[in-house]
Amino acid sequence: MATEAIPAPPVATPGNEAPSDELDLVARAKGGDGAAFSVLINRYEGKVFRLAMNITQNREDAEDVLQEAFFKAYEHLDQFQGNSKFYTWIVRIAVNQALMKLRKRKSDRTISLDEQIDTGEDMVVREVAAWDPDPEERYSRDEIHTILTEAIDGLLPIYRTVFTLRDVDGLSTEETAEALDLSVPAVKSRLLRARLQLRDKLTRFFKRKGDDAFAYM
Amino acid sequence: MLTCKEFLTELTDFLDEKTTTEIRAKLQRHITECPNCWVICDTTKKTIQVYKGMESCTIPEDIHSRLMAAVERKIAAGKK
Ligand SMILES: [Zn+2]
Repeated sequence: MATEAIPAPPVATPGNEAPSDELDLVARAKGGDGAAFSVLINRYEGKVFRLAMNITQNREDAEDVLQEAFFKAYEHLDQFQGNSKFYTWIVRIAVNQALMKLRKRKSDRTISLDEQIDTGEDMVVREVAAWDPDPEERYSRDEIHTILTEAIDGLLPIYRTVFTLRDVDGLSTEETAEALDLSVPAVKSRLLRARLQLRDKLTRFFKRKGDDAFAYM
Repeated sequence: MLTCKEFLTELTDFLDEKTTTEIRAKLQRHITECPNCWVICDTTKKTIQVYKGMESCTIPEDIHSRLMAAVERKIAAGKK
């Protein structure tokens, strides 16, 4: 079945190669060293779980995706060439697994991360108001965490995923494109929309006191 | 002079410092002349900063233990 395939090894992109300790860990894991594979798991499980939550929006599904992604990675370690970071590779596997979950849930075989993408309307900037120089200082750490999490949860899965990989996890645009199997221009336009939508949502909390929205219009 | 729409289209590359010097100069000029786009640019930059500062995600303990147990079983089964 085509959907069971794991992604082909990514093509080499200069600068995106795996750090050498990763190659070493993968080599040892290939040789059956469980401890080496555990190091890789511990390094990335949090991010992979968050990614799976972002796409499936369901804790049990996300846990399944997490386990299946590391199983598949283990089974196919020989296909990991070190042309990309291990994280980019495991993200690609996890995204595939997460999409399979969504397909099963919705019995829709054609589902993709881009399925609900808007057509330009979502680039509208609704609120233009300057922020405090240090907007976070008005809130406690917990409050900030809630504000940021709720804002990001309000995005479509594709925007949430692109923003998280690119701006939170710090992958390059090229690595994000590779991980999500999108073109570089597609990543850029989704990233722009994600950033603008988040900016819009956060303005409500972070705008300078006394400033009205549209004060600069 | 760029339109605001053109400015927005370039915003991601501008913030990531991926534009050519020529386009960068045009964008710079636009924000000195357009207060709206200046605010959008500034607050988008801050948006990215606050998320960068977000504490790294920790996996729930129960999910972590079940994952490690499942992988251990898998590796053990492969060795037989
Ligand atoms: Zn403008």
